[in-house]
Amino acid sequence: MYGFEAMTFNIHGGYLEAIVRGHRAGLLTAADYNNLCQCETLDDIKMHLSATEYGPYLQNEPSPLHTTTIVEKCTLKLVDEYKHMLCQATEPLSTFLEYITYGHMIDNVVLIVTGTLHERDVQELLEKCHPLGMFDSIATLAVAQNMRELYRLVLVDTPLAPYFSECITSEDLDDMNIEIMRNTLYKAYLEDFYKFCQKLGGATAEIMSDLLAFEADRRAVNITINSIGTELTRDDRRKLYSNFGLLYPYGHEELAVCEDIDQVRAVMEKYPPYQSIFSKLSYGESQMLDKAFYEEEVKRLCLAFEQQFHYGVFFAYMRLREQEIRNLMWISECVAQNQKSRVHDSVVFIF
Amino acid sequence: MGGGTHRPTMDLLRSEPMQLVQLIIPIESAHRSISYLGDLGFFQFKDLNSEKSPFQRTYATQIKRCGEMARKLRFFKEQMVKAGLSPSTRSAISDDVDLDNLEVKLGELEAELMEMNANHEKLQHSYNELIEYKLVVQKAGEFFHSAQSMAAAKQREVEAQQRGEGSIDSPLLLEQEMVTDPSKQVKLGFVSGLVPREKSLAFERILFRATRGNVFLKQSVLEGSVTDPASGEKAEKNVFVVFYSGERARNKIVKICEAFGANRYPFTEDLSKQFQIITEVSGRLEELKTTIDVGLVHQTNLLQTIAYHFEQWSHLVKKEKSIYHTLSMLSIDVTKKCLVAEGWCPVFATNKIQNVLQRATVDSNSQIGTIFHILQTKESPPTYFHTNKFTSAFQEIVDAYGIAKYQEANPGVFTIITFPFLFAVMFGDWGHGICLFLATSYFIIKEKKFSSQKLGDITEMIFGGRYVIMMMALFSIYTGLIYNEFFSVPFELFGPSAYGCRDPACRDASTAGLVKVRATYPFGVDPKWHGTRSELPFLNSLKMKMSILLGVAQMNLGIILSYFNAKFSGNELNIRYQFLPQMIFLNSLFGYLSLLIVVKWCIGSQADLYHVMIYMFLSPTDDLGENQLFFGQKFLQIVLLLAALVAVPWMLFPKPFLLKKQHEERHRGQSYALLENSLDESDEMEVRHGSSSHEEFEFSEVFVHQLIHTIEFVLGAVSNTASYLRLWALSLAHSELSSVFYDKVLLLAWGFNNIFILIIGIFVFICATVGVLLVMETLSAFLHALRLHWVEFQSKFYEGDGYKFQPFSFASLDAEDE
Repeated sequence: MYGFEAMTFNIHGGYLEAIVRGHRAGLLTAADYNNLCQCETLDDIKMHLSATEYGPYLQNEPSPLHTTTIVEKCTLKLVDEYKHMLCQATEPLSTFLEYITYGHMIDNVVLIVTGTLHERDVQELLEKCHPLGMFDSIATLAVAQNMRELYRLVLVDTPLAPYFSECITSEDLDDMNIEIMRNTLYKAYLEDFYKFCQKLGGATAEIMSDLLAFEADRRAVNITINSIGTELTRDDRRKLYSNFGLLYPYGHEELAVCEDIDQVRAVMEKYPPYQSIFSKLSYGESQMLDKAFYEEEVKRLCLAFEQQFHYGVFFAYMRLREQEIRNLMWISECVAQNQKSRVHDSVVFIF
Repeated sequence: MGGGTHRPTMDLLRSEPMQLVQLIIPIESAHRSISYLGDLGFFQFKDLNSEKSPFQRTYATQIKRCGEMARKLRFFKEQMVKAGLSPSTRSAISDDVDLDNLEVKLGELEAELMEMNANHEKLQHSYNELIEYKLVVQKAGEFFHSAQSMAAAKQREVEAQQRGEGSIDSPLLLEQEMVTDPSKQVKLGFVSGLVPREKSLAFERILFRATRGNVFLKQSVLEGSVTDPASGEKAEKNVFVVFYSGERARNKIVKICEAFGANRYPFTEDLSKQFQIITEVSGRLEELKTTIDVGLVHQTNLLQTIAYHFEQWSHLVKKEKSIYHTLSMLSIDVTKKCLVAEGWCPVFATNKIQNVLQRATVDSNSQIGTIFHILQTKESPPTYFHTNKFTSAFQEIVDAYGIAKYQEANPGVFTIITFPFLFAVMFGDWGHGICLFLATSYFIIKEKKFSSQKLGDITEMIFGGRYVIMMMALFSIYTGLIYNEFFSVPFELFGPSAYGCRDPACRDASTAGLVKVRATYPFGVDPKWHGTRSELPFLNSLKMKMSILLGVAQMNLGIILSYFNAKFSGNELNIRYQFLPQMIFLNSLFGYLSLLIVVKWCIGSQADLYHVMIYMFLSPTDDLGENQLFFGQKFLQIVLLLAALVAVPWMLFPKPFLLKKQHEERHRGQSYALLENSLDESDEMEVRHGSSSHEEFEFSEVFVHQLIHTIEFVLGAVSNTASYLRLWALSLAHSELSSVFYDKVLLLAWGFNNIFILIIGIFVFICATVGVLLVMETLSAFLHALRLHWVEFQSKFYEGDGYKFQPFSFASLDAEDE
């Protein structure tokens, strides 16, 4: 029913779209960031944030504050908003909203498994988990010794179960394995999400496929850069790329054989949308790549709000809020550690 | 601005004259000065630091401190609510608390309270743990007991079977099994504890998976809920006992227990030890209970002392915070010796403000007094009406449309009477009026009580408008008496009806009609009209004409007010080229109609007014025939028509051209001004003052504006007059509805002669009257009256583009924060 969403979308999705657009209007603006960057102490940050939507969440925090508290409270706000939206959502929007959290779930699983491997306290690890990616038996992950057990014991009950089918091995867990597992899971997740969005059709499919393709391509680049110089074989590397996106399939073939960052750059510059990202970087540099990608992502996410009657706004909003929280974390850290000169290094202005 | 000062003050019609004042306050008396000004509440500070972000301002640290104290107070409040205490409303007022002491004190109290809470939590934690332990021991004891008795029964059965050897029924293998059993027996370990009920299924499943089914789990449901020691929340839980074999399984089970938040408790199989444990635990529970109680008493005492001072403290903190906010708005002098404040204050309060500043200087032992300096400005001052509790609601009605421009005529004055009156025209029923009056007098009598407490949304609204409603009710009683409506029952209040039957038998009352037997009914509509066939045509004609009269009168009032506005601001142009043609246009058409109506009423003619009005336009020269009401009517009509036609271009053309001319002259005048008028400085000031506001004069814009204005007025004169017919329509609807409820519900129920049906009928009647007539109709009549005021009345003269005077005042602080 492409082009006819306007007739039926508002029956179920109208209220929530209004809500999410309202939330988006509450995102911090460039003026806010300018003010935040001038703060001298964390209390100043709190004072400034108390005039924004974060106010009610921070007002009862005793000074002196810590960066973690700020981030925690801001995340709490995001989670509250998400839960509210999820409660109000009907199918298929509720499934769509749940899909958004699977990425966090994967990260949490990896976090706990890695942590247990290094014999950290489970409770401590649980506190570090992103609250959006929590599921009931997450603490039980600590019991598992290998992938098979991990799957059989815990993950079989979670929505991640189908993604695991590709990485069940009886090997014991080690850092490398876990990293491969994370990427395999992510690949399966992105592909599934992509398929789901295609099934929804209409503007949702159009916009989400663009956003997800960007995500997939970014992951492909990151995997390539991170795997340079490790014992990961080309074939294995190739297997970790998601089977869609702008780079699929020819770009993947080329990325799979890259041996250093400049080769990656050469590959990416063939694709016009990514040319601009890489043209900002000097040769041999990969430090600023993350920021460049984030900036591009934010730009695309903001564009998603330009069209109405699709679910992409929910995805975009959650991502933008997360970016905002990352920004706040960076600013607070810089302020707390008196590194104000570096404040602009990693802040991605949203508006 | 200049004109207002030497006129007598008109309390509500013109807003208070204001002045822009600069205060130069020495830094040592600044805090006290601001505080006194806040008590006085007549000074609106301008933000002189608007370009600075909140934390760059001078007093940011103090504001932060106040914020911190406010947080502590919130914490206390939370604790008080938890403990079921409410802050005593009238606490001891001792003035000797200052901010620094209070900060220290609050800090101490918070620390004390936190420590108490921590202790309490610790104790409560162990208490809850012990309770859980006790429950586990009891429940698990039951498992073991029942299991043992079952095992014993099995054993006996088996023994019995063994004795009765040779029975064919006994399975052959069983015997073997039973014999070999003791030798193979493995020592089974077990873990017991409590698991939240909603997680118990998942818990069981994971246990099963993790140990590949090599466990035996027994659960039993606990009646009621248990307080969880970790979270301190009530939860429903299950007692479980897991049997396992082997150390590895144990490790896994322990980990799973941790993951599920299941609390494990040790347990022994030995019965005597169980008893021992239970008694021990019970003993310790007793001890803990008393300790906790003592702690609670302590805490309550502390909270009570806090509650005693709470209101005072929170008021002080709010006050200080607002003072520092205000101080942050002032700009600091270069020498850092004094603060410079700018702001608006009403002229009448000048002395009060100066006195207060003087007092602040003396009280803070400052050597230098505050300098009070009036500034000249072109900025438009804020609008400030001195309202009381009666007039404020009416002023609100006007303010909801737009705040009056500084010193323009305030429609609020007239609204006090016209609003309730127009409402009552639509709501004319003195029975309903009395109901409304009783309801609103309840609010007015209980005013003191209600104003101090927090009301619900709708109640708050009704309470706020209680005097409006009272006036509406009084006017409804008045118009109700005129309409002779009382729940649609006619009354002969002012003497007997003027009409009677031709003959005493009075059978043909409805067919042959009535004759006038007495003098005219002295007040309002004759009750005999009620229920007759000609009731509707009669009332319609009456109400329709009345609405037009009222409408024309109110619109004329609006235009006359525009004259007063023009006169006040000395704008001759508006009087000559706007007010005059508007008056002529409106009155030559609709004023004439009103005249016709009145004449028709007076002489009782049967002329058709529609016909007269329509043919006045279509063929003004035709003879009026039987529609002629008075001599010379035709001539008058032609004159009026011509006057109306002339009025339109009169409104449209001269003003923009004259404005243009004025503008050009002023520019020329300005260049000569320095030479010619250098003596008269004030005049020159005036000229420059005036010209600056018209700096860029766009003729086309002014002309289009005037065009729009003219079209709006001309069309509006017709449509607004028609709009006043809503008075008739709503009043008709109201009386018809009430007669329907009366006839079709109450009288119908009465007709059945059955007490039961009558009760139902009365009930339905009351519900319908209250729900539809009193609530819904009130609302709709209110809205229509509102529209008539906002659109038809105020559009004639009201600019409404001012802004409200918001003085810095402590009195409004409490209301704001709630």
